[in-house]
Amino acid sequence: MKKFLLALTALSVALMCGCSHIEEYEEDIETTEDEVEIQTVNVSNKDYYSRFKGQDISINVYNWGEYIPDGSEEGILNVNEEFTKLTGIKVNYSTYATNEELYAKLKGGASTYDIIIPSDYMISRMIKENMLEPIDMSEIPNFSNIMEKFRDPEYDPGSKYSVPYTWGTVGIIYDKTVVDEEDIGWDILWDEDYAGSILMFDNPRDAFAIAENLLGYSLNTEDSEELRKAAEKLKEQKKVIQAYVMDEIFDKMGAGEAIIAPYYAGDAVMLMDEFEDLDFVIPESGTNLFIDAVCIPKGCRNKEAAEMYINFLCEPDVAYAVADYIGYSTPNQATFEMLDDEVKEDGISYPDDDFIEEKTTVFCNLSDEANLEMQTLWTEMKSSEEQTPNRVIVPAFMAICVIASLVILIRRYIKKKKDIF
Amino acid sequence: MKKLISAPYLLWMAVFIIIPLIMVAYFAFTTTDGAFTLDNLAAVSQYSNIFIRSIWLAAIATVICLIISYPLALILARIDKSYQSTVLMIVMLPMWMNFLLRTYAWMTLLGNNGLINAFFGLFGLGPFKMLNTQGAVVLGMVYNYLPFMILPLYNVLAKLDKSVIEAAQDLGCNNTKTLIKVIVPLSMPGIMSGITMVFVPAISTFIISRMLGGGSNLLIGDLIEMQFLGNSYNPNLGAAISLVLMVIILLIMTILNQFDEDDDRVLM
Amino acid sequence: MKKLSKIYLALVMLFLYMPIFVLIVFSFNVTKSRSVFSGFTFDWYIKLFHNELIMTSLLNTIIVAVIASVLATVLGTAAAIGINSMKKLPKTLVMQGTNIPIINPEIVTGVSLMLLFVFFAARMNFEFGFVTLIIAHITFNVPYVILNIMPKFRQMNPNIYEAAQDLGCSPVSAFFKVVLPEIMPGVISGFLMSFTFSLDDFVVSYFTSGATSQTLPITIYSMTRRKVSPEINALSTIIFLVVLIVLVAKNIIERRSVLKKGVK
Repeated sequence: MKKFLLALTALSVALMCGCSHIEEYEEDIETTEDEVEIQTVNVSNKDYYSRFKGQDISINVYNWGEYIPDGSEEGILNVNEEFTKLTGIKVNYSTYATNEELYAKLKGGASTYDIIIPSDYMISRMIKENMLEPIDMSEIPNFSNIMEKFRDPEYDPGSKYSVPYTWGTVGIIYDKTVVDEEDIGWDILWDEDYAGSILMFDNPRDAFAIAENLLGYSLNTEDSEELRKAAEKLKEQKKVIQAYVMDEIFDKMGAGEAIIAPYYAGDAVMLMDEFEDLDFVIPESGTNLFIDAVCIPKGCRNKEAAEMYINFLCEPDVAYAVADYIGYSTPNQATFEMLDDEVKEDGISYPDDDFIEEKTTVFCNLSDEANLEMQTLWTEMKSSEEQTPNRVIVPAFMAICVIASLVILIRRYIKKKKDIF
Repeated sequence: MKKLISAPYLLWMAVFIIIPLIMVAYFAFTTTDGAFTLDNLAAVSQYSNIFIRSIWLAAIATVICLIISYPLALILARIDKSYQSTVLMIVMLPMWMNFLLRTYAWMTLLGNNGLINAFFGLFGLGPFKMLNTQGAVVLGMVYNYLPFMILPLYNVLAKLDKSVIEAAQDLGCNNTKTLIKVIVPLSMPGIMSGITMVFVPAISTFIISRMLGGGSNLLIGDLIEMQFLGNSYNPNLGAAISLVLMVIILLIMTILNQFDEDDDRVLM
Repeated sequence: MKKLSKIYLALVMLFLYMPIFVLIVFSFNVTKSRSVFSGFTFDWYIKLFHNELIMTSLLNTIIVAVIASVLATVLGTAAAIGINSMKKLPKTLVMQGTNIPIINPEIVTGVSLMLLFVFFAARMNFEFGFVTLIIAHITFNVPYVILNIMPKFRQMNPNIYEAAQDLGCSPVSAFFKVVLPEIMPGVISGFLMSFTFSLDDFVVSYFTSGATSQTLPITIYSMTRRKVSPEINALSTIIFLVVLIVLVAKNIIERRSVLKKGVK
């Protein structure tokens, strides 16, 4: 048997060597940086942070995937570790992929979290459903670092429940070596020339927004007819879509598996840093502007420690590390001033104010009926058959069942006869 | 005294097996406010295409598993006894790897730039679209659940009385005839338990369809997961779908049980 | 015929092992690419051992698996003894109930337990975590323990227990001295089965774990949904090696014991 194993190993190795030869055109993925700057955190008020030292407290943080510097690359700050070092509070960190997942987990899971980072519309939904704990802003001195325009937002009047973490827009990431077009708009996501190479959001709100934008509806429409038409549009798109994904996009776009994908600007920055062939565009027809903010959910076990964590995230050094690593735009004035001009002016992370004013919409929370309708339409769209529905399947299955039961009956009959003799 | 000793387990069974199932049924028949309704069950019919797709794909995967496993189990059963356990171990080894990792491995193999397409590229073929298709989902099912088919078949075939086969040959059966008339009928219990052990996990998986199906080939499992922890939170609908799934499995198993003449099921 | 079956065996092996070998080979890749091998490195292994998330969840997995399988074995052994002495009707009923978690799709087991826990969590003020996770694991493990032990009772001579008592053993010591050794192989294989099921379980854990009790399969799942790092390949390689060593050791031990018996 050993021979088989050996042969197998040899075969697979041979296969792989062969492949590595023909794929030489692919560039090395790791970009080597000449100088690695080590990030550090300096806080002004050490006393504030040392209150809980030695008390063996822990907090549960529930955040988006790829949404915090985790020290995975050299010189990158590990925010949670730094926080523990500074305060002695242990951080249990876990991640989700969409706002809706977060909502489901909180609503039905009975897990307790101390920190969550939902987006604007989800925050107002959670406020409405009494799922959030009001934050004591006097415990968060660094709230003063937050830009004036991000205080008192529409989704959380008076900033009672949330402290902005990052913001950004949605646009299209594409491989510029393949897509050679000008004026890229949302309709490219329906373009049959790129069929099989397009990725799409795997959450209803972002996906519907794109369809609504294309159809000229408001991104916050609650009109049942408009929602249905948008769903129709998304169904139409299904045949050109390779996969519905969220953070898998990093892998698929990076490896050249897909060519076009709508995603958040911050992640686009991160991807473009790593892969030169990728480019990003915010369609002229307009887009969604989102704000992700830190909240404390009801049932939090240690509110003061949670508030300390929020304050830590608002430290200019920390917020800088966040903005630098995840690529999203910062609402933190002190951090914004620390950024390179290059970043401020690239038009991706910080589009100019006129564009924001005229072309972007912030999601609002929809009515319960509209939310339910969107969910249902979304599931229906995703479950619909992408190819022409195969009419053979149902009758074939029925036929098999009928034949099976007939066989059973006949066998039983024969058996009975045998038993008699 | 002897009866009392099983009391803790009976209590456990009642609380953690029976009551949860009753709760699923309760959720399936109520609204979020707790009022009785049939709407959830009615809403399930809306997703009948997902049910049909799941049954269909799981059935294909089961049949492929059976076709691959039967000859393999026959070969394994006939190998020299001193090697048998080693060979069986080698066949079973991949099953002990975490199934998420195994499925992930196929993701990297099947991609447009994956190794298989690179291999075809050597001959100037492709690239073929393999990932994110129903074929990929079936492949994932076959790969993950193949051992569940091999093991019961092997168990039955290894215990098969050699003298019966010899008798059949003495009575003038050729090899094919012996196989069809003697070996297959005698291995029926193994076939049936293999089918159940492949079909049930295959019809209810949500990982395989998510990782290899690209999110557009939803299966029943995905639908249930979406209602509880996914993008469309609605536990009542989720419970209704779970209930229907249980009924379907129960029906299919009753049909299968009819073929199984001996009541001795070959588990594991 | 011989040759044909060898080829067939080789093909099936290729199918079974190709994905795993690819994972292993690429765990030594310098770059993150999954299709181009550009150089040899151990970096991903070093990174893996410094990845706190993976290490904590590995520890969690082992804790849960050990506690759940031990408790399931105790509970299941006691249950099997009781069930064995039951009359026919209750016995059938209990065995039907025991079969439920085995036949039911994992996702339904997970979902139903989640509904139960949510119901109690709201009323009794506890949260999802190790307790819920361990309860869930015990629940799907116990049936396998029982199913492993029951046949041993059938093989056992029922008279020896009575004989032991006749010879002056108390019922309890008769049990420990006579019955337990007889069913021990079943208990052990039930325990091992529970342990491996617990280690490997994803679906049920996914629905019943909380913020602080992420197990390794859950961590792996969230890793595959994000930017994939070759650390995952390194992890696969290590798991594969551990499994390989354990199975080879088991095989050798079994062979030795077979040989010994042969000598006797």
